[in-house]
Amino acid sequence: MQPEVMEKMTRVSAVSGRTMFCLLDAPANAISVCRDATQVVVAGRNIFKIFGLEDEGFVERLNLRVGRKPSLNFSCADVMWHQMEENLLATAATNGAVVTWNLARPCRNKQEQLFTEHKRTVNKVCFHPTEVNMLLSGSQDGFMKCFDLRKKESVSTFSGQSESVRDVQFSMKDYFTFAASFENGNVQLWDIRRPDRYERMFTAHTGPVFCCDWHPEDRGWLATGGRDKMVKVWDMSTTRVKEIYCVQTIASVARVKWRPERRHHLATCSMMVDHNIYVWDVRRPFIPFATFEEHKDVTTGIVWRNQHDPYFLLSGSKDSTLYQHMFKDASRPLERANPEGLSFGLFGDLAFAAKESLMNASPSVGEVGRKTYPGGDRRHPIFFFKKQDVTEQFAQVSSALSVFESDAGTDVNMDWFIKTAQSYLLSGKPFAELCEHNAQVAKRLNRPQESTTWTMLRIMFSEPGNPSLSTNHNLNKSGNLSLVNSFSMKEMSAALNERNKENRQDNLHSLETNLNNNDENEETEGSEGQAEYLFGDAELDDDEMYSMEHDNQAAPEPLQEKPDSPHVSGSEAESLCLTPMESFSLISVSQLLFSPHLPPSFFCPIVKEMLCHYAEQGDVQMAVSVLIVLGDRIRKEIDELMQEHWYMSYIDLLQRFQLWNVSNEVIKLSTCGAIICLNQASTSLHINCSNCKRPMSNKGWICDRCHQCASVCAVCHHVVKGLFVWCQGCSHGGHLEHMMEWLKQSKHCPAGCGHLCEYT
Amino acid sequence: MNGTANICNHCRNLIREKITEKGIKMSRHISTGPSSFIPENEILGTMPLSDSTVMFLDEDFSSRMDNLTQVMGLHPHYLQAFLRCHYYLLRMDGPLPLHYRHYIAIMAAARHQCSMLVSHHVQEFEQIGVCSEWLRGLEFCPQRLRKLNEINKILAHRPWLITKQHIKALVKTGEHSWSLAELVHAVVLLTHFHALASFVFGSGVNPDPESTEVNGVTADLCPPAIPGLCTCHLTNSNQANGNSNTGSELEALMERMQRLLVEREDDDASEEEMFTRFEKEKKESLLVVSAGFAEEVVPPSPMIRFVDDPSFGYQDFARHGEDNPPTFKAQDYSWEDHGFSLVNRLYSDIGHLLDDKFRTACDLTYYNMASHEGVDTSMLRRALFNYVHCMYGIRYDDYDYGEVNQLLERSLKVYIKTVTCYPERTTRRMYESYWHQFRHSEKVHVNLLLMEARMQAELLYALRAITHYMT
Repeated sequence: MQPEVMEKMTRVSAVSGRTMFCLLDAPANAISVCRDATQVVVAGRNIFKIFGLEDEGFVERLNLRVGRKPSLNFSCADVMWHQMEENLLATAATNGAVVTWNLARPCRNKQEQLFTEHKRTVNKVCFHPTEVNMLLSGSQDGFMKCFDLRKKESVSTFSGQSESVRDVQFSMKDYFTFAASFENGNVQLWDIRRPDRYERMFTAHTGPVFCCDWHPEDRGWLATGGRDKMVKVWDMSTTRVKEIYCVQTIASVARVKWRPERRHHLATCSMMVDHNIYVWDVRRPFIPFATFEEHKDVTTGIVWRNQHDPYFLLSGSKDSTLYQHMFKDASRPLERANPEGLSFGLFGDLAFAAKESLMNASPSVGEVGRKTYPGGDRRHPIFFFKKQDVTEQFAQVSSALSVFESDAGTDVNMDWFIKTAQSYLLSGKPFAELCEHNAQVAKRLNRPQESTTWTMLRIMFSEPGNPSLSTNHNLNKSGNLSLVNSFSMKEMSAALNERNKENRQDNLHSLETNLNNNDENEETEGSEGQAEYLFGDAELDDDEMYSMEHDNQAAPEPLQEKPDSPHVSGSEAESLCLTPMESFSLISVSQLLFSPHLPPSFFCPIVKEMLCHYAEQGDVQMAVSVLIVLGDRIRKEIDELMQEHWYMSYIDLLQRFQLWNVSNEVIKLSTCGAIICLNQASTSLHINCSNCKRPMSNKGWICDRCHQCASVCAVCHHVVKGLFVWCQGCSHGGHLEHMMEWLKQSKHCPAGCGHLCEYT
Repeated sequence: MNGTANICNHCRNLIREKITEKGIKMSRHISTGPSSFIPENEILGTMPLSDSTVMFLDEDFSSRMDNLTQVMGLHPHYLQAFLRCHYYLLRMDGPLPLHYRHYIAIMAAARHQCSMLVSHHVQEFEQIGVCSEWLRGLEFCPQRLRKLNEINKILAHRPWLITKQHIKALVKTGEHSWSLAELVHAVVLLTHFHALASFVFGSGVNPDPESTEVNGVTADLCPPAIPGLCTCHLTNSNQANGNSNTGSELEALMERMQRLLVEREDDDASEEEMFTRFEKEKKESLLVVSAGFAEEVVPPSPMIRFVDDPSFGYQDFARHGEDNPPTFKAQDYSWEDHGFSLVNRLYSDIGHLLDDKFRTACDLTYYNMASHEGVDTSMLRRALFNYVHCMYGIRYDDYDYGEVNQLLERSLKVYIKTVTCYPERTTRRMYESYWHQFRHSEKVHVNLLLMEARMQAELLYALRAITHYMT
């Protein structure tokens, strides 16, 4: 990357060094560096030490934690080294004390002054950048206090109106100004001379603002970081505070520090979960400019070693280490970022973006249906070009986007999925009919394997000798025949279709109407919420009753089957072209024929294997559909979690294709607790009374407050429970059907308001 | 005063023996009104609820105000924050399926033998209509839920014992593992219902009449309560009414608050002093025991089926002559800075709701103390909150625990300890023995503070363990 070279050339480093670290005895809460960048102080609950920065490493210079049983005044939440007076330090203690330390004191205890004016933990102390004796503190109790170190007490107190103060910072440029950030998301600007009222206040974040930092050069730029995981840069120089940059990070922001000599760079670290230190270019808020990944627990303090040197960063952490990071050793996420992108569209389209150089290098890869949007093509609306900025140290990458559109009918096309989902019947018919229907559907969509599977299932799980579609004897016959035929794969379905066509013509018709009915039911239910159609359950019961009834008649039939069995074994050869699983099930079918009293449960292991096979192939549709149709016959065999998993994936797919009705049906028919629950989450609708606009509190249709019926139909004057349609012009309305009828005959509003309503 | 009341545990034991001996079938007794501690007329008619609160009520309680809501309704502002959180935990989008949530609620409430909450959620669970066999007991629910028992019991009774090993055991990959998001949801549910059980017992909320007459499963979950047999109740209602020397009690308390406020300015207690004050308070909390329950045997209540290892109970944080677990430093892991971020990261939005609830509970004040108006009660509120945390071993560096001693009288401490640590032992006598001149709504306010403090303490321990696990 070029910038690196550029940085080196612009400035010869004043201090040399390398990435290094030293172990501390305890977690650090804050660090601060002295003016000449040769020493750093580390403070924490159980540590308060000064380290010298040598070329070889950190050298412990002084332990300020003295005494046998150190007092809570040593338990530091924050520390700051004075930038003018090299012997002067201040700490904020968790018990509410503000302490100053003078390293020039001859005795071991360097404590100079102790202010115990705050009632709660002090979160932050800050020396004035140019005024030697001025110290500011911000505390949990909601007060900020300004101390003159020549006096024993604070000189002024600023009240944040009982909100805890998280950070206070003197402005670098304006002598009298300081900024304070609060736990409720506000930032206030104060004039040090006027403790009665803040100059300015604005809400910067939702939730606490943990930190703020003034830009070292740009007057009026303030960076703030909050629990809402954002870093924002505010411009205060204008009359209205303006947010000029915003960086979204992945965790709450604990500290923010502008990088010296780089106008748009700042470093952040987080309070929870994320241990890295990031350096951002605020103009490129999506990828950090550089990352330091050395720490193993959260970083609690960061500071640039020298105010005029952008290459050294010091950091302290909860993992009890103190690090010096060299900028040249930082990892650059951008270099690892992948400039290539690939995405599948829902309908099989493929979009592919790659570096332009790469795309041009291999023009030979000729594809069908390729549409290219090269970098220079401005027709496409999503393209825009960022002006190259010389000061910006980001590498420019430009990519070319290609979109491959799939031809209809290729493998990626998902039409079959939608059609199958829409036409499969999962309930509402006897088991055998469901299988038969679904087999037809699969066949029509040119999916012979699925079709055969359905046929097989029908044979396996129908009562032997009762595989019929109805009580009609003719149909019974054809059912049996199809059983024989099924082993000559190719002809089977066609033949079956031929034979059944006439017999089942009306039957199919009724199926279709039934399907339509179902759809209608679904719709009304979805919108109304109150209706209680239980068509699924009710008809399932029918199914069971049906098979129960016919148990008795079943006995004699299988005898007729037996003579056919030789054919079956003979035709096995043909079926070898199928998957192993299929042929396996064929064998078991032939066994059925020899011993007709095999219980359906005999097949369960095979069917289970088959379902798993389909699911692994990515066809959860088949797995779930079979699961639902077979219902109790197979459910116990398969692991609950596995079922749940299948259901979830299938429902997810259905919803992506916006097949809401189907997905709802699947949810209703599922037997997994977790799935059924899906339908019960967020199902309530809150209604407001149309007269008085207050919420309807009781369950009836009469409003508590104005004692009138809410939502009355303008035509029949009854309460509308369900779909309510109204005119957007005059806001009168009523039952959907009533309005339709009315507006066929009349152009005027049924309420008699004279409005010419339109119904489209 | 209410005619009948909760009976003290001692009497209950006696009665239970009687029942088992003679096989007397006692009819279930429901004292009138929402709470057996608070007269009915105190509660009803004091509820100017906002529309949105009513909306939540609609959702949650099918447009009927149950007793819990009525009692909590003494503080409508808080009720709203509470219901929003409660509703979100149980009904809205979250990592756990609905029936899991209610089952976890049952498990949590059963730890404190809170029949009211258990039966309510058994009902809710039945309404969902799946896996109803789980209601037959823990051994019928999936292994995954059963694994939650360990942290359930620890959080309920000794939250300081929870470590990252517990979290690891739940999260490590395997057939019955939990995802972190699910775990956080479960933890929030557990702590929420532990704390809610404290509130229910602490304010003597009566079981809802409807909830008991559902069907077989629910009916036998309600313990036999016997009317009019409790002798201690008879004695203490007299005491509550006729005590005249307690008149100065309120003034004394106010005076002490005033004095503390003044003293605070020039109190230069050394660090050791502060430290010993905390230790003293911690140690003293051991002595604050409601006498006579030392060897309590867990009653064979029907709820026991949801409880694993019933003998695991509260044990004092700081015990003499033992290696105590290290004190939890509130500044190192606080709700605002750390807990919130973690919770919100793993279970979106719950952080804001909990934050809102904690804040509302802590900041709630009417500037009243009994008959006095315009009083700043923040000192008292903070003492209550911090005392609960102190019992759980959480220490605030910037708090002078001497204040607790000044402000909270012994009978109140007994009450606090009972309500937070073993709420099932709360009796009406305890409720009435402190703050005689205070209004019932103020005592409910105390309960809200205790409940939130307890929940936060449990949450902090659990979340700290999760954080340790993650790093």
